[in-house]
Amino acid sequence: MSESVPSLVSGVQAGRLSAEALTEGALGVIERAGPLNAFLHVDGEGARAAARGLDERRVRGDELGPLAGIPIAVKDSLCTQGMPTTAASRSLTRDGSARSGWRPPYDATVVSRLRAAGAVIVAKTNQDELAMGSSSENSAFGAVKNPWDLARTPGGSSGGSAAAVACRATPLALGSDTGGSIRQPAALCGVVGIKPTYGRVSRYGLIAFGSSLDQVGPLATDVRSAARLLGVLSGHDPLDSTSATVPVDDYEAACERGARGLRIGVPSEYFASGLSPEVERAVRAGLDALRDAGATIVDVELPHTRYGVATYYVLATAEASSNLARLDGVRFGLRVEAERGNLDGLYGASRSAGFGREVQRRILLGTFVLSSGYYDAYYAKAQRVRALVARDFERAFARVDAIAAPTSPTVAFRLGERLTDPLAMYLADVYTLPASLAGLPALSVPAGLSTATDADPALPVGLQLIGPAFAEASLLALAACVEAACPPSTPEPWA
Amino acid sequence: MSIEQHDVRHLARLAKLALDEPDIPALATELARIVEYVAELAAVDTTGVEPWLPGAVPAAPLRPDTPARGLSAELALDQAPRRRERAFAVPAFVDDE
Repeated sequence: MSESVPSLVSGVQAGRLSAEALTEGALGVIERAGPLNAFLHVDGEGARAAARGLDERRVRGDELGPLAGIPIAVKDSLCTQGMPTTAASRSLTRDGSARSGWRPPYDATVVSRLRAAGAVIVAKTNQDELAMGSSSENSAFGAVKNPWDLARTPGGSSGGSAAAVACRATPLALGSDTGGSIRQPAALCGVVGIKPTYGRVSRYGLIAFGSSLDQVGPLATDVRSAARLLGVLSGHDPLDSTSATVPVDDYEAACERGARGLRIGVPSEYFASGLSPEVERAVRAGLDALRDAGATIVDVELPHTRYGVATYYVLATAEASSNLARLDGVRFGLRVEAERGNLDGLYGASRSAGFGREVQRRILLGTFVLSSGYYDAYYAKAQRVRALVARDFERAFARVDAIAAPTSPTVAFRLGERLTDPLAMYLADVYTLPASLAGLPALSVPAGLSTATDADPALPVGLQLIGPAFAEASLLALAACVEAACPPSTPEPWA
Repeated sequence: MSIEQHDVRHLARLAKLALDEPDIPALATELARIVEYVAELAAVDTTGVEPWLPGAVPAAPLRPDTPARGLSAELALDQAPRRRERAFAVPAFVDDE
């Protein structure tokens, strides 16, 4: 599937392609992609029925939506009616197996929007448990593997969604991004990933992690496909009180705008120690492409970048410890009766059996930073530093239209390499966290591959573009210029 | 601030987690390292800076005040691991501390 989504949709609408054939194609790749462990639930029957229905509607002359017939994979932390939803956590299963996953009585708003646009939901994707992680190894159902090299992680937490797109099972997938969970796996898998502005896309039906940070967004094979999906997802939702009423731009038209006249800031703080030379080389080549396309490149300063990781891990864990209180073994999910048969015993036994190590660690940390005696020193302090991070961006955006930087300091790392060192894993998000803290839109676009050596294969590098609130269109215009200089590539076995 | 094993036990009680005793020493070490790292925030001068949340959402608009049907009791109870008639079943808790 090398055509972009807008072209595939035109094919379906004109009868050149059938939704059924596209769905069969996707299901075939998903079957071959078993070793990636990217999918937790595949709905062949439901997808085939939806695709058949679309083809019949076309024959009848009905108007088909902007994603007509496009197979899509959905991160398992989004509620899907009729399909299990576990967020890769045992806590959202009946007996610990993915098959016994919770079946939500409603669709997330983004899922309803997909169905209304004619997309065909073929599968739910694996991820870090409850979106907590940067490698998709924290899943209760086994680690996801990177389609470029099965010995490496796809990044996380939306690793299954990134792998699904990278192996070309589906041209589109939904992810969620709290501190980089769309952009970092997109970078490590060589696909496009967008974290929209906080408030741009509804979170209704997203299993909450950090409510002041979470956003749902697209992963896609290419920039124009991502733009099409973002247009479908964006807009106000009365079911999410944080969703904005700001008008939605024409994102696809923006992809044709070019870079002429745009000013791009490059922050030295994002090119500091810890950045792999191969990542820097590819990102700087991407900046050259933007300059060649007519953009002006200037230096900017984001001095509080270095506090992003600490600020984020205080605020996100505090919010998580509160959000996850709802997983208690009473209304849905895993229930473990304690030896001491009281309510506290039920909570403790169910939650300890339901949550993996990283989730428990973050709940404990969040409980600590919110506890009496430490609240001001950690939580309130982090909220203030968050203001300074946001102020850095505000100052920069007075001078530039967008900021360009690496998405991840390294290419995909090996499975197991950082599992025993939580702090090393947290530092994988050093370049994605500041935009999340400031609620700004940011995307990752492929900027080529690292150089292969005897020890390492060539692996994808992502260039990150960050913009002012609701400036997704400018970011897409620039991303299209990077893509023109550096077309999407597919890992060998899946090409 | 260092995190000791008894702190982990206390936090686990607050967070309603029944940790396995053998896991506690490693958790204490991991949490201590993370807390030591995040303590670098103390060095940032935040004098006069107010706590901040994303301001991108202009004003949370109110929904029209029109009645709408919510989940039916049957649907809400459909996934409950234990139920009794039209209610979620929980152990007795009136005699808890």
